[in-house]
Amino acid sequence: MTERDHALNAAPAARRIPVAELFFRLRALLALLVLVAVFSALSPAFLSSGNLVILIKHVAINAILAVGMTFVILTGGIDLSVGSVAGLAGIVAGGLISVGLPLPVFGVAVYFQVWLVVLIAVLAGTAVGALNGVLITRFSVAPFIATLGTMYVARGAALLISNGATFPNLFGRPDLGNTGFPWLGAGRILMVPVPIWLMVILGAAGAFVAARTPFGRRIYAIGGNERAAQLSGVRVNRVKLAAYMISGCCASVVGLVLASQLVAAHPATGETFELNAIAAVVLGGTSLMGGRGSVGGSIAGAFVIGVLADGLVLLGVSQFWQIVIKGVVIVVAVLLDQMQKRFSWRETSA
Amino acid sequence: MSVQDTLLRAAAITKRYPGTTALDAVDFTLRRGSVHVLIGENGAGKSTLVRILAGVELPTSGHLEMDGHELRLASTRDADSHGIGIIYQELSLFPNLTVVENIFLGRELTRGRLLVDRSAQERLARELLQRLEQDIDIHAAVGTLPLGRQQIVEICRALARDVRVLLMDEPTSALSPGEIHVLFRVIRELKAAGVGIVYISHKLEELMEIGDEVTVLRDGRRVAAAELAAVDVNWIIENMTGRRWEPPPQQEVSGGAPALLRVAGLSVPGRVHDASFHVAAGEVVGIYGLMGAGRTELLEALAGVRPASAGEIRLDGQRLDRQPVWERIARGVALSPEDRQSAGLVPTFSLGENMTLASLARHSRRGCLSAAAERGSTLDLISKLHIKSTGPRQPITALSGGNQQKAVIAKCLLTSPRVLLMDEPSRGVDVGARSEIFEIARRLAAGGMAILFSSSDLHEVLTLADRVLVMAGGRITASFARRQFTEQALVAAASAKPGGLHDRT
Repeated sequence: MTERDHALNAAPAARRIPVAELFFRLRALLALLVLVAVFSALSPAFLSSGNLVILIKHVAINAILAVGMTFVILTGGIDLSVGSVAGLAGIVAGGLISVGLPLPVFGVAVYFQVWLVVLIAVLAGTAVGALNGVLITRFSVAPFIATLGTMYVARGAALLISNGATFPNLFGRPDLGNTGFPWLGAGRILMVPVPIWLMVILGAAGAFVAARTPFGRRIYAIGGNERAAQLSGVRVNRVKLAAYMISGCCASVVGLVLASQLVAAHPATGETFELNAIAAVVLGGTSLMGGRGSVGGSIAGAFVIGVLADGLVLLGVSQFWQIVIKGVVIVVAVLLDQMQKRFSWRETSA
Repeated sequence: MSVQDTLLRAAAITKRYPGTTALDAVDFTLRRGSVHVLIGENGAGKSTLVRILAGVELPTSGHLEMDGHELRLASTRDADSHGIGIIYQELSLFPNLTVVENIFLGRELTRGRLLVDRSAQERLARELLQRLEQDIDIHAAVGTLPLGRQQIVEICRALARDVRVLLMDEPTSALSPGEIHVLFRVIRELKAAGVGIVYISHKLEELMEIGDEVTVLRDGRRVAAAELAAVDVNWIIENMTGRRWEPPPQQEVSGGAPALLRVAGLSVPGRVHDASFHVAAGEVVGIYGLMGAGRTELLEALAGVRPASAGEIRLDGQRLDRQPVWERIARGVALSPEDRQSAGLVPTFSLGENMTLASLARHSRRGCLSAAAERGSTLDLISKLHIKSTGPRQPITALSGGNQQKAVIAKCLLTSPRVLLMDEPSRGVDVGARSEIFEIARRLAAGGMAILFSSSDLHEVLTLADRVLVMAGGRITASFARRQFTEQALVAAASAKPGGLHDRT
C-alpha cells in the first residue's frame, strides 16, 4: 500500500481530526486568549478596568460592522460601502440635529426628536444596503464593483449634505426638544457603556439569526452553492438583498455611535472601516467564498484586531510596526483558512 | 496482437475521488492505427479514463506506458509533448477568439520565437478545414458559429499538429450526419497513418461502424474487451448493464387515471420544441434520449429553473408556467437535478442540512428552526431510503455518490411533492444504490406520486418506466406504453431526425 493510500484510509486518524478541526474553528478565540495572556504579562496596565472599557468600546465599532459584513460574506459577497455608510448615517443624524430638515418651500426647517433622527439615519444606511442588494441581484453587478460604487456615492452624499464641513456640538437644544444624542456614545446602562450593549445585542441577534432561523440557513446555503439553493426554492435575490440591508443597517448604527461619541458628525468618518470589518470577519474564520463561518467568530476576530492594536500601543511598539503586524495577522488568518480546507478535504476522503 | 503494435497502455489505473472510486484497476491497451471504443453507462468512468490519458488528472495508482516506456502525464502539456491530442465532449474553445486563434492557441506557429507567423497559421488552418470539407471563415469569432461548426474547429485544433494518439469524447454529439461522414473519413485517414484513436460515444451504430476494438466499463471497472467484429449490439448492452435484458413483469397501470401533470406546447428557446405530454398520479414516466436531446432542459423548465418561451404547464388543472421555483415547490413539483455537485447539494452542509433545505418553513416553530423537527424527519428518511451514513450531522461530501443522490431525493420528498422530477437519477451511482433508487421511485408511485425521470440509459428506462417518451433534437419523437417498448424501437426513435415524428400510444 502506498503512502497515499494510507492517507486516504485514515481511519486511525479519525479521532485526531476533530481536535484539529476544533482548533481551526476556534482559532480567533484561541488567538485572542494568547494575545490577552501575552499583553497582560508584559504590561500591568492592560487588564486594568479602565483600559478594558476603552478597548471594548473601540472593538464594538468594528464588531458591529463585522456582524453585518458576516451575512454578506457568508453569501459569497462583499460590502465595501460600510465605512461610507457609517459616515453618511452620522452626517444625516448630525444635520437633522443641528440644522434640521430644511423645507425651502415653506421657508422653515423641521427638527425631529432624537429617536426619530436615529431611525431616519438607520433607514438611510439600510437604503444604501438595499441599493447594493438591488444592483447585485437585479442587475447582476459583481458585489465588489457595486459596493465600490456605492462606497463613493455614499461618501459623496455625506460631503454634499454637510458641504464638506463638520456638524459640531450635537447636544441638541431643549427648546427644540432634540437633546439626548450624546447618550448613544457616552451613556451607560448598568455601568456598561451603550456602544458595548449595542455590540452585545446586535452580535447576539446576528448569531441567533444566522444559526437558528430559516433565513440564516438560506444565507449559508447560498454561499455554499447558490444554484442548489435556488433549485431548493430559496429566493436567492431576496435573501441576498436582506443580507446587504443588514450590513447597511449595522454600518449606520456604527456611524451614529461615532458621531455621538464625538458629539460631532464629520463626513470623512469611517474611511477604511470596511477593510477592518472584512479583516475581522476573515480572522473569525468566515470563508470569503461564502458558506462557512459564524457571527461569533467575526466578533472574536474584531477583538483580536482591537486587542492587538491596544496591546501594541501599551507596549510602545511603533505605529508603523503596528500596521505591519496587523497585515501579517490577516495573511496568517487566511493561510489558516486554506489549511482548514485541506483538513476538511482529508476528513471527507477518509 | 504483437507487442510492437501497442502504442499506449494503461495498467491497473485507479482513480479515487472523495466518496467514490471512479476507476478501479482498469487496464487499457491502444494499438497503432486502430480505433478503440470505450463504452459504458453514464458514470462508468469513461471520461475519467480519458482525462487521465490526456494528462488532465493523475491516477491515484497505476501507470501509463507509451511505446513500452513508462509515461508520467502531470499536465495536458506533457500529453501534448508526447503527441496525445484530445477532443472534448464539452467544447473547450474560446468563443471570443477567431477560428485560427483557437486552432493554434497555446502552440502558435512563430517566426523568430516571438512573433506569431500569421500567414503560416492561416494557410494551415485553411488546409485543415479543406480536409474536413468545411467552408468556415477562419477569421470568424468561434462564438458566432453554430455548435456543429464549433465542434469541427475543436477537431481541427487536435489535428493541427502531428498527433500519435487522439482521444475523442463524444465528438459527434453536435454534428450532422454529413459532418459525421466526413469525420469518419478523416479518422480512417489517421488510422492509415498509424494514429491510435480512443473513441467514446453513446451511439451504438456509430461505434459498430468506426471501431476496431471495444472496452466496456461499468462502475469504474473494465468488465469486457473484444474485437468489435466479433460482437454485436446485444453483447455490448449486456456488458454495459451487467445483466441480460428481460421484459419487466407486467404491471397493469390503471389506464383511466386522470392526468396530474399536463404539459402542452412547452418550448425552451433552442433546446425544447413544442413538448406536449401528461403524467398521471401513480405513474412512472421515463424520458429517454441521447446527450443534448433536451431532456434536462425540459425538466428544468417544468421546475421553473429555466424560462420557457411558450407552452402551458398544469398541475391538477392549475397553471404553473408563470410561477417561480419556490412557488412550484410549494404546489408540489420538486426536481432532483442531473448534476448533483453543481445543482443538487450544498457541499458545505451536513447530510441533514441538505435534506431539509427545501422545506425549512416546515421545520420551523415560530420563525426559528426546530432542531427536533429537523432531526425527526431526517432520521426518518435516512432509515426509509437506507442512506448509509453516520447520521444527519455527517458532512454530505463524505457520502458515496449513491447516498448523495438519495439525499437529494430525500430533500425533494420533504417538500411533499405530488410530482417528482428526477433528471438522470442514477448518474454516478453504483449498481446497488441504483436498484434501491428504482425501488424507492416505484414505492412512491404506488403511493400516488407522479414520477417523471430522464435517462440516457436504455436499461434504466426499460426497467423503471410505465411509459417512455423519447426525445431527439429537442422534440418528443415517440411515446411508448410499457407493452410496446423494445430496445431497437427506443434507440431508433432517439436517433431519429426531428421531423420524423411517430407516436405509438
